[in-house]
Amino acid sequence: MTTDLEIERIFREEHGRVVASLIRRFGDIDVAEDAAAEALLAAVERWPVDGVPPNPGGWLTTTAVRKGIDKIRRESHRDAKYQQALMIADDTPHAPTGPVEDDRLRLIFTCCHPALAPEARVALTLRLLGGLTVPEIASAFLVSETTMGQRITRAKKKIAAANIPYRVPVAEDLPGRLTGVLAVLYLVFNEGYLATSGPEPMRVDLTAEAIRLARLLRSLLPTEPEVAGLLALMLLTDARRPARFADGVLVPLTEQDRASWDPSEIEEGLALVRECLAVNRPGSYQIQAAVNAVHTSARTPADTDWSQIAALYGQLLAITPSPVVALNRAVALSELDGPAVGLAEVDRLDLPTYHLWHSTRAELLRRLDRPDDARAAYDAALALTDNAAERAYLTRRRDELPSTAG
Amino acid sequence: MTQYMFSVHHEVGEEMPTGDDVQRMFTQVDAFNQKVTDAGIWVFGGGLEPIETVTTVDATGPEPIITDGPYAEAKEWLGGFWILEAPDLDAALKLAIEASAACEGRVEVRPFQPE
Repeated sequence: MTTDLEIERIFREEHGRVVASLIRRFGDIDVAEDAAAEALLAAVERWPVDGVPPNPGGWLTTTAVRKGIDKIRRESHRDAKYQQALMIADDTPHAPTGPVEDDRLRLIFTCCHPALAPEARVALTLRLLGGLTVPEIASAFLVSETTMGQRITRAKKKIAAANIPYRVPVAEDLPGRLTGVLAVLYLVFNEGYLATSGPEPMRVDLTAEAIRLARLLRSLLPTEPEVAGLLALMLLTDARRPARFADGVLVPLTEQDRASWDPSEIEEGLALVRECLAVNRPGSYQIQAAVNAVHTSARTPADTDWSQIAALYGQLLAITPSPVVALNRAVALSELDGPAVGLAEVDRLDLPTYHLWHSTRAELLRRLDRPDDARAAYDAALALTDNAAERAYLTRRRDELPSTAG
Repeated sequence: MTQYMFSVHHEVGEEMPTGDDVQRMFTQVDAFNQKVTDAGIWVFGGGLEPIETVTTVDATGPEPIITDGPYAEAKEWLGGFWILEAPDLDAALKLAIEASAACEGRVEVRPFQPE
């Protein structure tokens, strides 16, 4: 017996592929989405009776194409544009336009086009490739359904009006455009991994979706090491998820129960990192993945190879100079050369609005026996974060500080 | 093909080029214009006289009203524009990069409504 839940899972799994090929067929995102939704309705009716077809994605696409054509026929007063879509005999495989000829690859580059607002890129990617519904995306980003619906509608309107192409960028533009796509996927992951606000400290739906899309991108662009690097980074970070919270309080890396880390994600992540090293075309995601590989390879916190981590952050700093990277490097240095050296590094950075700058200072000041300064730094960090689990951890650390007599 | 307007915007108080700088800019813009004309994608374009030359006409009421100056006190003003044809936004953005470098100003790309 096929349940609605199972159909829904298949539909989400196949959504990107179905919609991507329909957009190419009909040249219009709305028509494609409507047709895909009608195919889902047909599946919900038929599959429980007939069973799931052997190729559910193919069944959905064929059904959706038929529904789309029916609809265009019915609405004969529609624009000539849609009539034209009907006329195009497009049953032959299309000519490859880029390194890989999968319609989903075109779709992801259209969704993540730099001419769209960053929050619209994220929403469109989750909607069209991820198959998430508008209410799901709205709740993931804690905005109203109306707001999210308008955001997506506006973006689709701009794609149509400004004629944003449905195409994999040419080789010379690919690296730059790929950076934008990876940024969208990493943003989705990070919002899931440490929710910036809301009742849940983590949103597993978002991290899982980001990993799924990164896997897809990797299968579409298998020779791009930064794609492998991003997937590895996500896997090695996500592997530690089971140990990250205890009773709603964030558990820092050094205090986590390493036995509860996910071994299969670590194994997959480490294999990808090794693959990247062999390719030897380093990039920022690969280096961050390597840092996480060092952490996850250490059996105890004391086994952590901090000199390796400091060297990797040094390399990252050379590629993407940013005070946040420098902050991470300072943490590694403080493990190698002591808290005084670390604090000197941290204080040279100007990150007064970044809560992790304050919490890093707080930890170093604690180790330097400066409890009053540490307390002030914890308070500054607390004032800058809304994540409940992080707040609980920072509050606990602050309250553990010895009180000083006047 | 989609027609796009490439408009060059200046801010009030922005220092405008003089002398040799103007000459260099004109040469660059001429070269760009020649290129898009040769490519057959030129529709129209030109530089505009300064904002002080504007006259506003409002015929939305019973009597047309003619006033000196722009409709609203704007922080930005249009210095000139091109209308060019491009197959899609990516192609239009590539043209805009060249146009912006040629005229040494920010260029806004905006699609025309289809007929």
